[in-house]
Amino acid sequence: MAKTVNIWIDGQALEVPDSMTIIEAADKHGIYIPRLCYHPDLPPTANCGVCVVEVAGNPAPKRACCTPVMEGMKITTNTKNLRSYRKTLVEMILSNHDVTCPTCAANNKCELQTLANNLNIDPDALPNILDKHPIDDSSLSIIRDVNKCIACGRCITVCNEVQTVYALTVTDRGIDSHVDTAFSRGMANSPCVNCGQCTVYCPTGALRERNDIDGVWEAILDPDKHVIVQEAPSIRVSLGEEFGMPFGSVTPKKMYAALRKIGFDSVMDTNFTADLTIIEEGTECVTKLKAGEKRPLITSCSPGWIKFMETYYPDLADCVSTAKSPMSMFGVLSKTYYAQEQKIDPAKIVSVAIMPCTAKKFEARRPEMRDSGFQDTDYVLTTRELIRMIKEAGVDFANIKEEEADEGMSFYTGAGTIFGATGGVMEAAIRSAYFLVTNTELPDLDIKAVRGLQGVKEATLNVPGFGDLRVAVAHGLSNARYVMDRVREGLATKGESPWHFIEIMACPGGCVGGGGQPYGNDIASRARRGLSLYEEDRSLPVRLSHHNPEVTRIYERFLGAPNSPLALQLLHTHYFKRSVNDGQITGEATHKHH
Amino acid sequence: MYLEICQKYAPEKDNLIYILHDIQDTHPQHYISEEAVQVVSEYLKVPPNHIFGVLTFYTMYSTKPRGKNIIRLCESPPCYIKGSENILRKLKTQLGVETGETTKDGLFTLELCACLGVCGNAPVMMVNNDVYGDLTEEKVEDILARIARGNQ
Repeated sequence: MAKTVNIWIDGQALEVPDSMTIIEAADKHGIYIPRLCYHPDLPPTANCGVCVVEVAGNPAPKRACCTPVMEGMKITTNTKNLRSYRKTLVEMILSNHDVTCPTCAANNKCELQTLANNLNIDPDALPNILDKHPIDDSSLSIIRDVNKCIACGRCITVCNEVQTVYALTVTDRGIDSHVDTAFSRGMANSPCVNCGQCTVYCPTGALRERNDIDGVWEAILDPDKHVIVQEAPSIRVSLGEEFGMPFGSVTPKKMYAALRKIGFDSVMDTNFTADLTIIEEGTECVTKLKAGEKRPLITSCSPGWIKFMETYYPDLADCVSTAKSPMSMFGVLSKTYYAQEQKIDPAKIVSVAIMPCTAKKFEARRPEMRDSGFQDTDYVLTTRELIRMIKEAGVDFANIKEEEADEGMSFYTGAGTIFGATGGVMEAAIRSAYFLVTNTELPDLDIKAVRGLQGVKEATLNVPGFGDLRVAVAHGLSNARYVMDRVREGLATKGESPWHFIEIMACPGGCVGGGGQPYGNDIASRARRGLSLYEEDRSLPVRLSHHNPEVTRIYERFLGAPNSPLALQLLHTHYFKRSVNDGQITGEATHKHH
Repeated sequence: MYLEICQKYAPEKDNLIYILHDIQDTHPQHYISEEAVQVVSEYLKVPPNHIFGVLTFYTMYSTKPRGKNIIRLCESPPCYIKGSENILRKLKTQLGVETGETTKDGLFTLELCACLGVCGNAPVMMVNNDVYGDLTEEKVEDILARIARGNQ
């Protein structure tokens, strides 16, 4: 039992663990202290000073975010002095800020905007002294507008400590200090892996995704184009929260209806190719296991993880599954299999993907993702961009009548849908790999050891005919680093990996916590969305990828068999080595299947 | 070359500042290049973005090539009160550069700095490791001419 202390906040007596800070104690008991740079998911940086409180016996105010509670502390959160102090701070921030709220990507979600409103700030209290800097739009995924940056440091904390990517830093000092990439080379020429966690934690619109909505509208409104759309697993549990529905509502059929209403010609589902990924990757895994391979198999769905691996662990690239991500499998199949089945000229097909992810924009533009003879996936929109499109089209999402997806590449199983949560790919793969090894079904489909938000999850499963299958699941790239270091060490010292099969997702929580997810994407909402995916899994008639009838059909009519030459050509890829200085390709890490 | 400088110090993070100074001091253009940062980063296992943050925080470091002689004029209040603004104007016209720039012949780079600790002789500037106090426009002209001659 942790030690507790007695404190008083605004006269209210509280007993709280002694490990807490004042702001944590206040939050726990529903007392709101105004704040700006503080975020409950991240260690405090104490940069902004808005969360000041008065502590009896101290002449100067204390920052609640970084002051630990102490026995007998008497804290006041609302005095004339504190109010004036906070107001001045926010006025000074606004005087050095590009105040363009109505057209800002973060409008209505901006923590600075909300705070200024709550504190009754006059935006013209101080003259604007902003010295405008150019916007960094070098990246395919993330736009950085330093004019909207308030130097809270959250992006730096998340990039360096949570993700250990080391793309962003604070440069210069005093009034000139700002967030930048090394040598101001821009995001595209930094080790940035495009995960977009910086856009999630940015309190303002200083970091946002590249907006690709216009290109999609243009394709939709072009009568010569056939626009096909796929949606990642996590999208169906994230849209409702933006349209007044209970958090975590499972809304695949409203999502299909809304997409059709927007004007997409064909509404399919990424979950279908998630099931297909399981068959391709599962077959690869079983082949490795049967051959007694000492090197592990590591999942390849997460594009942030892939670029991270190419940058920091290219020596282990051969351990990463060659299977493309579900999005890229869908992309290439939309211009081959689908075009063939529907008798549509693939040159006229525009393939759009709705992803919880900013890194998918980068993945879609990789030169190796052109196995259809075209760019396989033409546009990637984040969940946030789709929400804007739905609003722009005036669709009443909460009340729209549910519709089914189109047939052919949309049927999905429970295994496909849990791809969106950390551990989901592992669980889905084990369900099918067990069948591929033993020819019988796994007795209990719920593999709870790999679920949940623990940073690194490990499990050992007995598979008859094989023995103990050791697996690990990591989410968030600092956790991936831990796992990869242990693999590297195991291979170097013992000649084998501690695990046979490893799932890695770049974003904490997996795709439900992706960098393209709706604002307010904190750990608690990631957990809630993840649970919704497991609820959907339990509710679906089929929960095993190898029983997906559309997957069976695509092998019969098009691909032949799992890992067939055509499957290897279209559905598998290879990896590069990248520089830790600028993220650019320095050579090949693995070769394409021939 | 950069690695040799690094190897004079133990590969510990605490040595970052010393290594950077050493690299800058031995470079003919008195700066720390991207290439140097890469070498230091690998040697100390400190990410390049972090080193860049350190380089830009301390005004004594430069990430851009500089002239043979570096002029640092104090811009703190005591020097300002004693007319450092006029000295700055004089330096700019005499050298034909703005603050932070290097003369075309590569002889001088003009920079501003915080207090040099000799406020009694304000206005003050440093050229390389030498301090010059009680500056007047005539004195500046003299100092620059003398250094230029010495560099011929």
